[in-house]
Amino acid sequence: MSEHLWRVLSLQDHNTRVVIFGTAILGFAAGLVGCLTLLRRRALVGDALAHAALPGIAGAFLIATAMGGEGKSLPILLAGATVSGLFGIVSILLIRKMTRIKEDAALGIILSVYFGLGVALLGIVTQMNRGNAAGLESFIYGKTATMTAGDARLIAVASAICVLICIALLKEFKLLCFDEAFAGARGYPVVLLDAVLMSVVVVVTIVGLQAVGLVLVIALLVIPAASARFWTDRLVVMMVIASVLGMTGSFVGAAVSAMLPRLPSGAMIVLAAGFGFLVSFLIGTRRGVLVRLWRRRKLNESIDHQHLLRELYEMFELDPSRVSVPYEELLERRSWSRKRLRRMLEQASREGWITENVSKMEFALTDRGETEAKRLTRRHRLWELYLIRYADIAPQRVDRDADAIEHVLEPEIVAELETLLDNELGKTRMPDDPHADGVAS
Amino acid sequence: MMGFDWNWQLDGWIVAAGILCAVASSLLGCFLLLRRMSLLGDAISHAVLPGLAGAFLISGSRSSIWMFVGAVIVGVLTALLSDFIHNRGQVDEGASMGVVFTTLFASGLLMIVVAADRVDLDPGCVLYGAIEQTPLDKWDFPWLGIAVPRVVVVLSIVTLVNALFVGLFFKELKISTFDAALATASGFSASLIHYALMTLVAVTAVACFESVGNILVVAMLIVPPATAYLLTNRLRTMVILSCLIAAVSAWGGHVMAIVIPSWFGFRSTTTAGMMSVAAGCAFMLAFLFAPNQGLLPRLVRQQWLRWSILADDVLTLLYRIEESARIGVSHSASADGSTFAVTAMPLTQTVPWVAETLLTNRFAVKWAIRYLSWRGRVEPAKANEPGSESAESSEAASVLPKLTAVGRREAETIVRSHRLWEQYLVTKVDVAEERLHAKADRFEHFTDREMQEQLDEQTDSPSIDPHGRPIPNPDQD
Repeated sequence: MSEHLWRVLSLQDHNTRVVIFGTAILGFAAGLVGCLTLLRRRALVGDALAHAALPGIAGAFLIATAMGGEGKSLPILLAGATVSGLFGIVSILLIRKMTRIKEDAALGIILSVYFGLGVALLGIVTQMNRGNAAGLESFIYGKTATMTAGDARLIAVASAICVLICIALLKEFKLLCFDEAFAGARGYPVVLLDAVLMSVVVVVTIVGLQAVGLVLVIALLVIPAASARFWTDRLVVMMVIASVLGMTGSFVGAAVSAMLPRLPSGAMIVLAAGFGFLVSFLIGTRRGVLVRLWRRRKLNESIDHQHLLRELYEMFELDPSRVSVPYEELLERRSWSRKRLRRMLEQASREGWITENVSKMEFALTDRGETEAKRLTRRHRLWELYLIRYADIAPQRVDRDADAIEHVLEPEIVAELETLLDNELGKTRMPDDPHADGVAS
Repeated sequence: MMGFDWNWQLDGWIVAAGILCAVASSLLGCFLLLRRMSLLGDAISHAVLPGLAGAFLISGSRSSIWMFVGAVIVGVLTALLSDFIHNRGQVDEGASMGVVFTTLFASGLLMIVVAADRVDLDPGCVLYGAIEQTPLDKWDFPWLGIAVPRVVVVLSIVTLVNALFVGLFFKELKISTFDAALATASGFSASLIHYALMTLVAVTAVACFESVGNILVVAMLIVPPATAYLLTNRLRTMVILSCLIAAVSAWGGHVMAIVIPSWFGFRSTTTAGMMSVAAGCAFMLAFLFAPNQGLLPRLVRQQWLRWSILADDVLTLLYRIEESARIGVSHSASADGSTFAVTAMPLTQTVPWVAETLLTNRFAVKWAIRYLSWRGRVEPAKANEPGSESAESSEAASVLPKLTAVGRREAETIVRSHRLWEQYLVTKVDVAEERLHAKADRFEHFTDREMQEQLDEQTDSPSIDPHGRPIPNPDQD
């Protein structure tokens, strides 16, 4: 087994080498191009194109055979596929531009109508007595495992061209993806750029289609790009990640299928890419689900912490003579549960903000805690005061509003509030509680 | 009756199956289109493969009930998973659909291959059912006295269920499609409607493609609703229209599948493919000729507007020439503040000069003059000015015509609008003087009688405009 593994990984078999190289290069190019279509909100354009190529393939075969040529020669079929793919793109752009029909429906219309035409043409092709139509279907379903060196070379050349175009026009494509109207206003030929981008997609789709089949090429265009989006907010980084993911997915899938000959390589590549998506979806550092959950939890904890300190400060402020605050009294101040309050208190005392007595039922602020609590309370009241003075909000209602915003007040804003409310602050530089008796008037 | 081989026993049932599939799909498709989920049908029809394979592996039989259930479950799962990835991962809707259906398809393929020795399942055969075989598999209905194909029975039930769903929950579907928040606020769950819709789409997709092929259901979910969307702005009309379009293109598709190949000496081709092509043709017709949204009507309307504005401009220019000649004669040097470029006018105003002034070409101006004289607004100048006729005949052709009484009146109305607007813009809106003319030029063509009166009132019925030229009033002359 390990010997076999080594044979596959060191690419000793000619056939394995060709398949792995071909799919990896395709995965690289498709990942790169997929980023652009994803950000253009046209992720499924590859889907539409792959279907739209069918009438071209069948039509090219029909015409070539009717003219007495060899219908199944690769260049003729590829040319047919490219022509009908380009027609499909033009139709999509026209529908998009001329009517109120949205992107997804435009893709769907082209996909189904062109594919229907292709199916109808294939129905005629099978009746032809000249020429051998068998195998035309492989354009739809792919034949990854039997990829020839010629196919791999074609993939390499086409992918190189597409990658070079994308790199050369990176700035223009970026503008097109993020702000089409701005690009137009800056004088970029938006329609032309769009057409170039879509032509690149056509080339990748069609080369991939004949090599690995419809579903796989869609998967390679969509999945790596969607996975890369979880890791970064920068286009260039995203493109790099998507290319690497596409390449790795293809490599792993093809290698696994080479080791276990019964597994179809196309499906294995899709599954490998899908696995990559799952991992990215969960732990992607930028938008991954777990990361976002963790970030939200952290935020909630810090908000709880700030509330706790402020409540403590206000209780001591109300009665400066008291030494400590009992647990039950603290519990009544806000709508927090016993468990939550207990957890907050434990954490605060562990981090040295508060001290507790032996029974853990009485609490007081440490010096450090008091400074921090004073700062937080001040921030809260400054905002309350601002709302009362400048936004004309009733004093009974400002507490909630201030509660929502106090956690995100930057020091600069606090400084600005201070200058605004300078003469309200008095000597202590601490605003009074607008809800305490007598002050609110 | 028809010039081709038509057999009601065969073709009738095929068309019936096609129409049922088309209507069932396009009923739901309208709401998918408006919810921007058109590609869901495509995604589901690819994704159900593991459902079919799984149902086969578990039940061990190829009974269609189990296959159906398995496929529907995976179909609903596709919709749910796409939703989940879209919401939780903030992934683009299309991309999340793409991720889900390709992965599911691949795992289905894997299941089939791995269990190949036990499973006799050809993915192509399962996914691409053939509508042509509809009449072959019949169920007997003794009380009806005829045998109805199984497919037609199944599709009738699906169509009925969809029609009931859309009919009964029309209001809820409408509100939750256009404003989900309002739906929730008015007391029913928008997401419940959403999931019911998803389930029905999955059921319809599975029921249709196992009998008539998946390409037909994908096409019928999208194309007829999109066609109807171009024809109307009302949801109810749109649903009805899209059902009609779907039915007609199903029938037309079958006819096309028989007729068109015979022109080239072939036998009939795939009906399902041709049905979606027929729907595509319907869409193209709507794209080109739809009364409001269509390409050609819009183009014609635009050209007509341009044309009538040009005619108006020519008419008013003629009036201005006449006017400047009159003023020049009556009080030539007085005109306080009259900065109107009378001096810039050449002595003989010709068509090329008009074309240059109006920033267009001679050809258009000549046609505009021809149009105006056909409507009796102008008449040729030759008879009135024998002096200019003495010039060369080629020059005579480009001499401008004279206004008739009707034309003068119309020109006065437009010029009045123009100058009233200028006055209004200066006194009420404080527009800079150099920008006045351009603005007034745009408004003058769209100012009706009522607005003129209002402008007149607002600007205290002035008699001269900001440039010092008189404001004509055709009613007082």
